[in-house]
Amino acid sequence: MQLSSRIFLGLFCLLVAILLLAPTLVVIPMSFNSNKSLAFPPAGFSWQWYDNFFTNPEWLLSLRNSFLIATVVAILATTLGTLAAFGVTRAAARTGGLLRAILITPMVVPGVVLAIGIYAVYLDTGLVGTVAGFVFAHTMLAIPFVLIAVSASLEVFDRRLETAAASLGAGKLTVFRTVTLPLILPGVLSGALFAFITSFDEIIVALFITSPYLKTLPVQIYSSITRDADPTVAAVGTLLFLATSFIIVAGLLIGMRRGRT
Amino acid sequence: MSALPQTDNQTAGGRPARRLNLRDAGWLAAPAVLLLAAVLVYPLAIIVLRSFSEPEPGLQNYIWFFGSPVNRAVLQRTFVLSGWVTLASLICAYPYAYAMTVVGKNLRLILILCVLVPFWLSGVVRTLAWVILLQDSGVINSILRGLGLSPVKLIRTQLGVVIGMTQVLLPFMILPIYSVMKGIDTRLLQAARSLGAKPWRAFLQIYVPLSLPGVYAGAIIVFILSLGFYITPALLGGPRSTMLSSLVQNQVLSLLNWGRGGAMGVVLLVATFILLAIAAPLMRQKHTQTRREK
Repeated sequence: MQLSSRIFLGLFCLLVAILLLAPTLVVIPMSFNSNKSLAFPPAGFSWQWYDNFFTNPEWLLSLRNSFLIATVVAILATTLGTLAAFGVTRAAARTGGLLRAILITPMVVPGVVLAIGIYAVYLDTGLVGTVAGFVFAHTMLAIPFVLIAVSASLEVFDRRLETAAASLGAGKLTVFRTVTLPLILPGVLSGALFAFITSFDEIIVALFITSPYLKTLPVQIYSSITRDADPTVAAVGTLLFLATSFIIVAGLLIGMRRGRT
Repeated sequence: MSALPQTDNQTAGGRPARRLNLRDAGWLAAPAVLLLAAVLVYPLAIIVLRSFSEPEPGLQNYIWFFGSPVNRAVLQRTFVLSGWVTLASLICAYPYAYAMTVVGKNLRLILILCVLVPFWLSGVVRTLAWVILLQDSGVINSILRGLGLSPVKLIRTQLGVVIGMTQVLLPFMILPIYSVMKGIDTRLLQAARSLGAKPWRAFLQIYVPLSLPGVYAGAIIVFILSLGFYITPALLGGPRSTMLSSLVQNQVLSLLNWGRGGAMGVVLLVATFILLAIAAPLMRQKHTQTRREK
């Protein structure tokens, strides 16, 4: 490449990187604002919005709800999604392809259309504003991510290892527990993480099936944004960002160490 | 990877008992499929049914939808804005993905991080950040004023919505393009140049066509996701940038008109699936091409 086009490409990529990072770069300083306003740059420095988050029962309750729902969703979606991944990768090619296409449809159905459908069904069955209602909807939305992560692991898994274990007298369940599961564990764990985040961050369906008695964190954030200019949202965003970064970096480091030994 | 062909051979030449076993494996997906039937298929069926039956059986909701100029304008705008978002993402993503394939290992890691870090910020919070950036006293207008330029109205405009949506959807464009570009054999470019092609001509005639499967995949994903966008247009847009999703929400939650809201939802759903059906052959093309490269 010529030097001039190289410089041009470099500058262009810098601009794109700034576009990608802009929201993060704005939210973090905003969370230390000392005024109750969202004007940028923030004035002064204070911890009051973090303080507000950790002392306001409304925020804490929605955090607790989201955490509870996302944990149950992660467990359920990982179980169902892993089973489905076995079904998809080990069924006959045509059945597998069809099953995969069916199971990833939640990713392409427009959020609001799905949300009004679920809302209609939940109104009839009394599931609006219940933990079970959130868990069902979010598990369905999370299964595609688990399916993709686990079937990627299964596709590179050498099935002859299972045959070898079985030929040495291991039962089906023992083979799964001692041979298959440990080898596909990275895929299962990243699927579980995706499932947790999907539920924890889901807003559209949540806005429809929420009730004053059961709000998740994104619903609380959304209503706070539409109500007034409250920098607490920026503090919440920063905390969630740090937590996610920590989990992902820790996961990467563990994965790297494992790969080395 | 070496295990794959062997597994395939086993399936092809397997004994009848083994084949029966394999077909049984499909049943493992049954719990997931059942959940999908209950919380996806059934609700969507209810919406389709209501769009044809409320308040009375017939096509009145669809006649109302396509008969109203306001609705047609919103439908058209939804497609036009999605087109702009797809185009803007493509323009940003193509050079970026290309740079990812030519830089050294450390710089590539930084570029990949820049693509992934946006996902670590909660979706709703990200939209709030765009409100802060785009508002009249916001970051972008402060910079413009600092440079001695006149401020631009961004919040509650279509431009603002397109900027915010592009940032959210950009990773979905960059990653598929990058994954295809990574597999392109750059010796083909050297070959073209050794036969006398100018660098730009070699790039346009050899490299770009080979990267197209990634472009198609990214463009389809971004366009389809844009069509159903709800939160970003609702918070960044104004009355003149309403998209179909907001209209659906308004009919159902504010006006309690399930028939009309349902009909709009069905239009959005059908548009999405038609696009997917058109896109499927392009995706398949990608599949055969990557296989050939191996």
